[in-house]
Amino acid sequence: MTQLALVIDLNVCVGCHACVTSCKEWNTSGWAGPLTDHRPYDKDPTGTFFNRVQTFEIGEFPKTETVHFPKSCLHCEEPPCVPVCPTGASYKRKDNGVVLVDYDKCIGCKYCSWACPYGMRELDEYQKVMKKCTLCIDRIANDALPEVERKPACVLACPTSARLFGDVHDPDSEVSIAIREQGGYQLMPEWGTKPANHYLPRRKTRIQIFEDELERADNPLRKEAPLPAAEGETLDDVSF
Amino acid sequence: MDYNDQDMGRVEVKNTTCYMCACRCGIRVTLRDGEVRYIEGNPEHPLNKGVICAKGASGIMKQYSPARLTKPLLRKADAGRGESKFEEISWDRAFEIMEERLGKIRKTDPKQFALFTGRDQMQALTGLFAKQFGTPNYAAHGGFCSVNMAAGLIYTIGGSFWEFGGPDLERAKLFVMIGTAEDHHSNPMKVELSKFKRRGGRFISINPIRTGYSAIADEWVPIKPGTDGALILAIIRELIQQGLFDREFLVRYSNAAELVINDPEREDHGLFKRAEKPVEEGCFDPQNKLWWDRDLNAAVGTHTPGCDPRLLGEFELEDGTPVKPSFQLLKERVENYTPEWAEGITGIPVETIRRLAHEMGITARDQTIELPIQWTDCWDNDHNTVKGNPVAFHAMRGLAAHSNGFHSIRALGILMTLLGTIDRPGGFRHKAPFPRPIPPCPKPPKGPEDVQPETPLNGMPLGWPADPNDLFVDEDGEAVRLDKAFSWDYPLSVHGLMHNAITNAWRGDPYRIDTLLIFMANMAWNSSMNTSKVRDMLVDRDENGEYKIPFLIVADAFQSETVAFADLVLPDTTYLERHDAMSMLDRPISEYDGPVDSVRIPVVPPRGECKPFQEVLIEMGSRLKLPAFVDEEGKRKFRDYPDFVVNFETSPGSGIGFLAGWRGKGGEKFLKGEPNPRQWEMYAQNNCVFHYKLPRSYQYMRNWNKGYLEWARAHAMTRYAEPITVHLYSEVLQKFRLAAQGKRPGKQPPERLRKRVEMYFDPLPFYHDTLESRLVDTHAYPLNALTQRPMAMYHSWDSQNAWLRQIHTHNYLFVNPRLGKANGFHDGDWIWVESPHGKVRCMARFSNAVEPGTVWTWNAIGKAAGAWGLTPRANESQKGFLLNHLISEELPACEAGEHMSNSDPVTGQAAWFDVRVKVYKAGADEPEITSPQFASQRGLPGQQLRKGRWQAFIAGVFRKKAGISE
Amino acid sequence: MHPAFSVIFLTTLIGAGQGLFLALVTGQMYSLANLLQPQDSLSFYATGSSLSLLLLVAGLLASFFHLGHPERAWRSAACWRTSWLSREVIVLPLFMLLVAAYATVHYLGLTKPLFVLRDVIEVDASLLLGILGAVAAFALYICTAMIYASIKFIEEWHSPLTVINFTLFGLASGFMLAAAFSAWKGVDLVGFYGAWAVVFTLMAAVSRGMSLQRNTHLVHKSTLQTAIGIRHKGVVQKAQGFMGGSFNTREFFHGASDSTLRLVYWFFLCMVFVFPVLLLAASYWLASPYLPVAAFAVQYLGLMAERWYFFAEARHPQNLYYQSMA
Ligand SMILES: Nc1nc2c(c(=O)[nH]1)N[C@H]1C(S)=C(S)[C@@H](COP(=O)(O)OP(=O)(O)OC[C@H]3O[C@@H](n4cnc5c(=O)[nH]c(N)nc54)[C@H](O)[C@@H]3O)O[C@H]1N2
Ligand SMILES: Nc1nc2c(c(=O)[nH]1)N[C@H]1C(S)=C(S)[C@@H](COP(=O)(O)OP(=O)(O)OC[C@H]3O[C@@H](n4cnc5c(=O)[nH]c(N)nc54)[C@H](O)[C@@H]3O)O[C@H]1N2
Ligand code: SF4
Ligand code: SF4
Ligand code: SF4
Ligand code: SF4
Ligand code: SF4
Ligand SMILES: [Mo]
Repeated sequence: MTQLALVIDLNVCVGCHACVTSCKEWNTSGWAGPLTDHRPYDKDPTGTFFNRVQTFEIGEFPKTETVHFPKSCLHCEEPPCVPVCPTGASYKRKDNGVVLVDYDKCIGCKYCSWACPYGMRELDEYQKVMKKCTLCIDRIANDALPEVERKPACVLACPTSARLFGDVHDPDSEVSIAIREQGGYQLMPEWGTKPANHYLPRRKTRIQIFEDELERADNPLRKEAPLPAAEGETLDDVSF
Repeated sequence: MDYNDQDMGRVEVKNTTCYMCACRCGIRVTLRDGEVRYIEGNPEHPLNKGVICAKGASGIMKQYSPARLTKPLLRKADAGRGESKFEEISWDRAFEIMEERLGKIRKTDPKQFALFTGRDQMQALTGLFAKQFGTPNYAAHGGFCSVNMAAGLIYTIGGSFWEFGGPDLERAKLFVMIGTAEDHHSNPMKVELSKFKRRGGRFISINPIRTGYSAIADEWVPIKPGTDGALILAIIRELIQQGLFDREFLVRYSNAAELVINDPEREDHGLFKRAEKPVEEGCFDPQNKLWWDRDLNAAVGTHTPGCDPRLLGEFELEDGTPVKPSFQLLKERVENYTPEWAEGITGIPVETIRRLAHEMGITARDQTIELPIQWTDCWDNDHNTVKGNPVAFHAMRGLAAHSNGFHSIRALGILMTLLGTIDRPGGFRHKAPFPRPIPPCPKPPKGPEDVQPETPLNGMPLGWPADPNDLFVDEDGEAVRLDKAFSWDYPLSVHGLMHNAITNAWRGDPYRIDTLLIFMANMAWNSSMNTSKVRDMLVDRDENGEYKIPFLIVADAFQSETVAFADLVLPDTTYLERHDAMSMLDRPISEYDGPVDSVRIPVVPPRGECKPFQEVLIEMGSRLKLPAFVDEEGKRKFRDYPDFVVNFETSPGSGIGFLAGWRGKGGEKFLKGEPNPRQWEMYAQNNCVFHYKLPRSYQYMRNWNKGYLEWARAHAMTRYAEPITVHLYSEVLQKFRLAAQGKRPGKQPPERLRKRVEMYFDPLPFYHDTLESRLVDTHAYPLNALTQRPMAMYHSWDSQNAWLRQIHTHNYLFVNPRLGKANGFHDGDWIWVESPHGKVRCMARFSNAVEPGTVWTWNAIGKAAGAWGLTPRANESQKGFLLNHLISEELPACEAGEHMSNSDPVTGQAAWFDVRVKVYKAGADEPEITSPQFASQRGLPGQQLRKGRWQAFIAGVFRKKAGISE
Repeated sequence: MHPAFSVIFLTTLIGAGQGLFLALVTGQMYSLANLLQPQDSLSFYATGSSLSLLLLVAGLLASFFHLGHPERAWRSAACWRTSWLSREVIVLPLFMLLVAAYATVHYLGLTKPLFVLRDVIEVDASLLLGILGAVAAFALYICTAMIYASIKFIEEWHSPLTVINFTLFGLASGFMLAAAFSAWKGVDLVGFYGAWAVVFTLMAAVSRGMSLQRNTHLVHKSTLQTAIGIRHKGVVQKAQGFMGGSFNTREFFHGASDSTLRLVYWFFLCMVFVFPVLLLAASYWLASPYLPVAAFAVQYLGLMAERWYFFAEARHPQNLYYQSMA
C-alpha cells in the first residue's frame, strides 16, 4: 500500500514561510479552498492556513540553537482524527494514505480537531467546516499536470528543498532513504498515531585541526625570512 | 474524484519577474478569468530555478490590496500637508502641474529639483532622467542601504557582495556568513545554502543574533555589533603570523608586493613608487609599479617574468627612496591587533578567534580545487588549470550599516585575498558587469559649473572618485549636492546620502530646494532615520508660511506613510502590471558564469488609472524636451516605455541600451548591437531573461583574465582591459589623506574636516569605534539596538498583504533574558527603549539567541495608524513599533561640524546599526500601546478599503460565490 | 480546552434530564415494590418526564449551536461503529423518544398491567418503557462521557472517572431535580429523592475529587521535546507562525487567568457539593418547598461551572505548539 507523506529536513529549514503562503495561495483557489481570512486588514487578523512555521530556541546563550519547525497534517497511518468523526467526513484514502475532509459531509463539530494531538486541523470559521493539509491532493493526484509538478505546492516552493515528498512505504523512495539514513523521526510517537510525515534532525559539520597542520615546510613565511645581514666585518675584510 | 481545477474558467499562464523583493526571481503566473490564480517560481529561470519565497507566493494579496492607489491625487487647497486630504485629478492635470513647475526650475536652477528613489530597480532610467534634467540631486537607496559594502569591496577587489558578486557555495568547503539576515539574493542563497550543507560543507555565522540562515549554521559566533573590523583584523594577523596565506596569489594578483614610498617627510609618502614609463591615459592604476627582486636585491617592474618578489622587508631604491612592500605595511598594521585585543572588543573568546583563523587558513591551503580550465592572464602567462581555495564568505549590512563599516569591509576584502579566494572556484565570484576597474570609471561632476540651466548635468549624478580632484565641491571645498555627497564630508559617497536629503532641504543647508520627487521610498517612515522629526520637517513652514520643502511629489503604488505628506500623488502600477528592465546599466541579475538581465512583462492590466512611473518619466522627459527623450526638432522620441527600452541607446549608435539580449536588427547580437524591434517578444519567449554563458576559460580569475577582459571591452562592459589588481593597500585613500595633510595640490578639505579625512582615509584598514559610540555616553546607553529583515516581509510594504501580515502582525524587542533580569522586567512586558535621540515603548520578548549587549527587532513591522489600508486599530500601529525613531540622521555636534550625517565618514553609509540604547520597564499606569503614536491616516480617494470583514479569495469564477469583497 | 457554552449546556442539561428520568423510574419501581406510595401518573410521572424531555430538548438545541452546519446534523449518525459522538447522536434521540413515550403512556394513563411477573410484579407499558429508557439513559451517559474519555491524549479526560463523573453528576442533579419537583408538587418524595441526591452528590464528590486529584498530579506523556522531537531540557517556543490568533489558540485554550480558574474551582466545589447538601438538609428541618428547588438551581449552576472547569483543566497536547509568539 502506498503512504504518501512529507519529510521535513530541519537541518536546512531556514524558516522562510514560503511553504506557508504558497500553500495558502495554491489551495485558496483550488479544490480545498477558499482559505478564509478574518479581519484581514484589522486588529488581530486571523485565517485558515494548512501549514505554519514555528520557531523554537534550545539552550542558553551562547549555546543556543534556533530551530524552525514547519507544521502541517502528518497524514498519520493510524489517524485518531478519522474514527471519531461522526459523519464520515474525515477519511483516509485507501490508495495513497492521504487524510482528507469531505466538506460536504462535515458538520463542523470540531471533534476531529480534538482528536488530533498535533493541532493540525483548523476549522474554517467562515465556511464552518474542518480544513487541513490535503497533501495537495489536487496536484499529486491530478493527471492533467505534468509529472514533475505532481507535487505539493509547498514542496515545489521550498527554497531549501527542506520538504521531501514521496511514498514512505516504498523502501527505495527518496523519503524512505532520507528517513533511514538521516535519522528521520515522528512527532509524539507516544500516541501510536504513526505519523506518515517525518522530520530529519539537525546535523553538524565540524573541522578537526591538528597542531602540526599549522607548521609546514611550504610555509610561505620561510620565503620572507630576512635577507642575510650585510653589516659588519667578515672574514673577507680581515683575512689575507 | 476529479480534483483538477485547471479547466475551470479561462486559464492563462504567463511568465514575468517577481518584485515582492529585490531578488528578482522568475515567476509563472496562472490566471483564471483574468485574475491571479497562482504564482509559482519559474523552473526555467536561472536565479530561482522554480522555487519561490513567502513574499513571492503572496503576490496575489498585494495585487488586490486595499492599500492600492488608483487615481492621481492633488492635496486639497484648504488642507494642510500631512492631513491626507486629496482631490482626484486627471493625469493631464498632473502632467501640467509638473511641467510648469519643473520647466521653471530647469530654466533657472536645476538643483532645485531633487529626485530620490528607494528600493527601486530602474536607476538606469531615473538616473538618466536626473542627468538629462540637469540636477545632481539624485540618488537611490544605496547610501542608506549598503554603500559601505559596495565601496569597501569595489575599492579593494573591483567587485563586491550585494548584487555584484557572491560566494561560490557549489564548490566551497567552508562558508562564513557575516551580518546577513535575508539579503537581495534571497532565494538563490537559500537554494545554495541547503545544497552546501547537504554536501557536508561547514557553515559558520558571525552575527549578534541567531535567526534565519544563522539558525542552520554549524557554528554561531555571537559578536558585539560594530566590532567585526577588530575580529577580521585579528584573523588577518593570525593568518599572517602562521603563514596561512596564499603567497602566490598575493604576489601575482594583488599589490601586496608593490613598493610603497615610506618617508613621512615626503609629499608622496604612502604612494606607490612608479617607474617612469609611458602609461595609457586612463582612469586607474597604471601598471608601472615596482617589486623588490630577491635575487637581484633590487627593484624591478611588477610582474617581471621570473621574478619572485619580496613581500616583507624594508628597502631603499637607487635614488635613495625608502620603500616597503605593501604587505609589510599590512603586517605592521595588524601587529597590535592580537586575538587577545579583539576578544575584549568583540566578546569572542581568543581560542575561537584563533580557531576561526586556522579553519579558514587550513581549509584554504589544504583543500584546494583545481579545475582543468585553460586561461591566460594579463601578463600572457598561460595556465592549464584554474585553482581555488574553498573558503567562501558572504556579508551584508551587519558589516555595512555601521560607521566603521568601510574599513571592516576593506579588511574582509583583504582577508579573502590573503586566502586567495577572489573570483576563484569555492571562493568569491563576480557577477557581470563586475569586476570593474578600481575604482570604476564614471565620475561625478566636479563643481558648481557642471550644473547649468536647460543643460544636462556634466558628469554622472553618481560616480566613483579616484582622487580628491574628482570631488563635487565648490571653491570653499563645500558640497554642491543637496545631500553633500562627494564632498569632503563623505568623499566616497558613491551612492549618495538619501537619508539626509529631507533634513538638508528643510534646513536649507547647503540650500533650499523647490520640488522633491520621491519614488518608491517610504521616507516618512522606514527609510528615514529620526522618523518623527522628519515627519515634522515635511510639514514645517518658514516665516512666510511657505512649506520649507515647497512641493512634494510622491510616486507610489500604495497608501504608504509618505503618501500622506504629498502635494501630488502619482499612482504607480504593480509589478504584475508593467514592463520593467533589470538592466546591465543598473544591477542586472547576472550569474557567476556570465551576464544575465531580465524583464517584467505585464500579466494583468493596470488597475484604475495607475500608470507605470516609467511612462511618467518618459512623458515628462518629452514635455520638458530633455535631449535624450526628444529628437532634434524637439518632438517626442519614444511612444512609451517598451518603445524606449528597445530604441534608446546610451549615445546615438552606441549599440548599448537597457537590455543586453537579442540586440541587432534580428536579435542576433548581445550586449551591444542596434535596436531590435522584436526584443520584448524574444524576452517573452525566453522566460523573460537573457543569459549569456561565458566560455569556461573566461569564467574565473576575471580581474586578471586577459581573454575575459578583452571580451568585456569588446562587448562594452568595461572601457579598459587592464588587470584589476587587488588593492590590499589603497593608494586612492592615501591621496585623500595627503590632501588633508596639505601635501597635495588641488582640492583641499575645509579646515574643520582635515583631521577627519586624515584619520579615516587610511590606506590600510584599521579598527575604530563607531562614531556614535565615540560621541554619546555609552555607560548611560550600554546596549546596541539592531533590526533584521524578516524573510516574510519586505521593508514597510507588506503589511497591506492579508497573508503576510498574519505572520508578522506586530513586533517585539528581543532581549537576552539576562538583560531582562538585570533591568527588572519579564518576557512580554511593556518596556521603554531609549536612545540619546528618542524613546519608544514596545513589548519585550526574551531570547537566548541574541548577544546580551544587543537588543533587536524585525524591521518596519510597526506602522503609522491608518496607513497601508489597515484600520487604525490594527496591531501594526498599536503594538508594533519602528526602531527608526531612536536613530538620528545626524551626529551630535563635533569638531567636523554641527550637522554631520550619522554615516560612515568615508562613504556616507547610513549607520543604522550604531544606535546605542537603554531599556527599562514601562510604568504600570502607562497604556499598553506603542509610543510614539501619530494621528491616524485617512483613506484616500480611489482606495478601496475593506474593514473587519471576511475575505475568502478564490480567483475567477467562484469569486463572487465565495463572497470576497472587491 | 476552550469551554464552549453550547457543550456545557448540552452535557449538563441532558445529564440532569437523564437523571430526572432515572429518578422517576426509580420512584416507580420502589412504589411497585411497595416501598413507596404510588404517585399519580398524570401529575407526577407525565409532568416529571415531560420536564426531563424539556431538558433533553434544550440540551439538544444547545448542541446545535456547537455545530458549524446544524442542517447537516443528521449525517452524524453515520459512524456509530467508530465514533462515540455518532453513538451519542443516535442514543440521545432514542432516549428522548423513550422518555416521550413514557410521558405519553403516563399522560394517557395506559398503566393497565400487561402481564404479571412471578405473580407479584405488575408490568405495564410505562414500566417497560421506563426500563428501556433507563438503559438508554445509562447508555447516553456513557456515550456522552466517552466522547471525552476516549480521546487518549487529553489525559485529564482519558479515565473511567470521566464516565463515572458524568453519570454521577447526572444522577445527582437529576435526583436533586426530582426532589425539587416533588417539593414543588407537594409530593411526599422529597426525602426519598433528596436522600438519593445527597448520596449521588457525595459519590460524585468522591469521584470528582479523585479526578481532580489525578489531574493535578498528572504527568503528561507529551512534552515539548516529543512534540518537536528535540532532546534538550531548555526548549522554548519563540514564534508560532501567526500573531492574531488561530483556531488552535481559540479552541484549545480557555484564555482565563489563573485566578479566574481558581475562583471557578472553589465556586463549583461549593455550588455542586456543599451548598445543595446543606440546602437539602435545611429543607429537611424547615420543610420548605423552595429549598430543594434552590438546591437544584444552585447545583445546576455549579455543574455548569464544573463543566467549564472540566474543559479548562484539560490540557491538549497541541497546546505545546502554541506557547509564545513573536
Ligand atoms: N525578506 C526581505 N528580504 C530583503 C529585504 C526585506 O526587507 N525583506 N530587504 C532587502 C534590502 S533593501 C537589503 S539592503 C538586504 C539586506 O540584507 P541584510 O544585510 O541581510 O540585512 P539586515 O536584515 O539588515 O541584516 C543585517 C544582519 O546583520 C546583523 N548585524 C548587525 N550588526 C552587526 C555587526 O556589527 N556584526 C555582525 N557580524 N552582524 C551584524 C544583524 O543581526 C542581521 O542579521 O535585504 C534585502 N532582502
Ligand atoms: N531601522 C532600519 N531602517 C531601515 C533599514 C534597517 O535595516 N533598519 N534598512 C534600510 C534599507 S537597507 C533600505 S533599502 C530602506 C528601504 O526603504 P524604502 O525604500 O523606503 O522601502 P519601503 O519602506 O518598502 O518603501 C518603498 C515604497 O515603495 C512603494 N512601492 C512598492 N511597490 C511599488 C511599485 O511597484 N511602484 C511604486 N512607485 N512604489 C512601490 C511602497 O508602497 C513603499 O511606499 O530601508 C532602510 N531603513
Ligand atoms: S519553505 Fe522550506 S525552508 Fe522555508 S520555512 Fe518552509 S520548509 Fe522551511
Ligand atoms: S496529524 Fe492530526 S489531522 Fe493529521 S492525520 Fe494525524 S491526527 Fe489526523
Ligand atoms: S468537524 Fe467535520 S470532519 Fe471533523 S469530526 Fe466533525 S464532521 Fe467530522
Ligand atoms: S502539502 Fe499542500 S496542503 Fe499540505 S501543507 Fe503542503 S501545500 Fe499545504
Ligand atoms: S525572493 Fe524576492 S523576487 Fe524572489 S520570489 Fe521572493 S519576493 Fe519574489
Ligand atoms: Mo537596502
